[in-house]
Amino acid sequence: MTDSNSLPARLEVIVSDFEVCEGREKLEMLLDYARNFPAFPTHLQRPDEMEEVPECMTPVQMAAEVKNGGLYYYFVVPEESPTVRGYAALMMEGLNGSAPEQVLAIPADFYLRMGLQHVLTAQRLNGMAAILAHVKRRAAAELK
Amino acid sequence: MTAYAHPEVLVDTEWVAQHLNDPQVRLVESDEDALLYETGHIPGAVKVDWFTTLQHPVRRDFLTKEEFEALCSSLGIANDTTVVFYGDKSNWFAVYAFWLFEYYGHQDRRVMNGGRAKWVSEGRMLTATPLAYPPTTYHATGPAKGIRAFRDDVMHHLESRQPLVDVRSTKEYTGELLHMPGYPQEGAQRGGHIPGAVSIPWSQAVQEDGTFKSPAALRDLYQAHGITPDKDTIAYCRIGERSSHTWFVLKYLLGYPRVRNYDGSWTEWGNLVGAPIEKGEGA
Repeated sequence: MTDSNSLPARLEVIVSDFEVCEGREKLEMLLDYARNFPAFPTHLQRPDEMEEVPECMTPVQMAAEVKNGGLYYYFVVPEESPTVRGYAALMMEGLNGSAPEQVLAIPADFYLRMGLQHVLTAQRLNGMAAILAHVKRRAAAELK
Repeated sequence: MTAYAHPEVLVDTEWVAQHLNDPQVRLVESDEDALLYETGHIPGAVKVDWFTTLQHPVRRDFLTKEEFEALCSSLGIANDTTVVFYGDKSNWFAVYAFWLFEYYGHQDRRVMNGGRAKWVSEGRMLTATPLAYPPTTYHATGPAKGIRAFRDDVMHHLESRQPLVDVRSTKEYTGELLHMPGYPQEGAQRGGHIPGAVSIPWSQAVQEDGTFKSPAALRDLYQAHGITPDKDTIAYCRIGERSSHTWFVLKYLLGYPRVRNYDGSWTEWGNLVGAPIEKGEGA
């Protein structure tokens, strides 16, 4: 079903939306995701700690559950870190309901198409890379 | 020692609240997070950003003098403006901006003690309203080369056994971490620290609420590691921002006359062919 370069359908739409925006609008879109960051669901237990990143990076926590064969991710990110909240929110929207195989098939650099590196600098995309690595590890665990 | 050596460089949140409409004062927010300013900032504050505003777009360096003049002009900062820096993460990036403004000779620089988090925790107002000031004609001076160290200065420092302060986290110092996980582009080929450097993580200089520790506590912290005012000291971290925080503490809060920030820091040293490196607990 999934070829090696495909993204889950909703994530593909999100990436394309960013791709066609001009620089300033990209930041506005990311900020919108941060503003609409969903609350952590009450029925889930305290999420596992995401790997600790000393000093610089935001403490990010993640939990996931499987419903009807699809993965649903939930994040906890501090309000004072809107950039990372934006990443986490767009990943939740883009991935939720995807099969583990679809998550694992996402190219590690899929987000470069969004062009945020031109307005945020490449270093600021590390949070996105870290979140992708983490959701993939969770998806891989589901297939074991 | 009961007072900071140069208390005039610190203002508190109440002082800022009293000067929101003072045309002589320009508030400058400088954050680690690229979008935090846009979610709301202190009324009247302008934004600078370490990556996209203060660094040179092509070379590995910060702004040239001419670019710095253009930046100040665009932010409505005149030569005689009182510039007050604040930001997230205990003023980490705010103090980097303070250091850069000193490098190009801006006279009246202050830091809001406690930074953005303290302002927010006190329930003070934020606004997301965009704003712009009329451009100024700004003339930079300097550069004040005495506050910046280059790799050759560091090599000389190391060979003459003068003090170096490594302000990174302990695992970065020992070499256990080659780069911060998830930050491969801020990495280095080798892990560890500059031989002879003492480890005093920058965040040890601040309290829970983000304000600086007392003069006595700061003096004890640095002197316990042999970092004393009679010596010429160089501080470094990974990319030179955390070490500007320690530079500020040593120079302005403790009054050490000779302190430099090595802004090339570990991302330069840990990549330099042949540069001496020490691993483990060190000095």
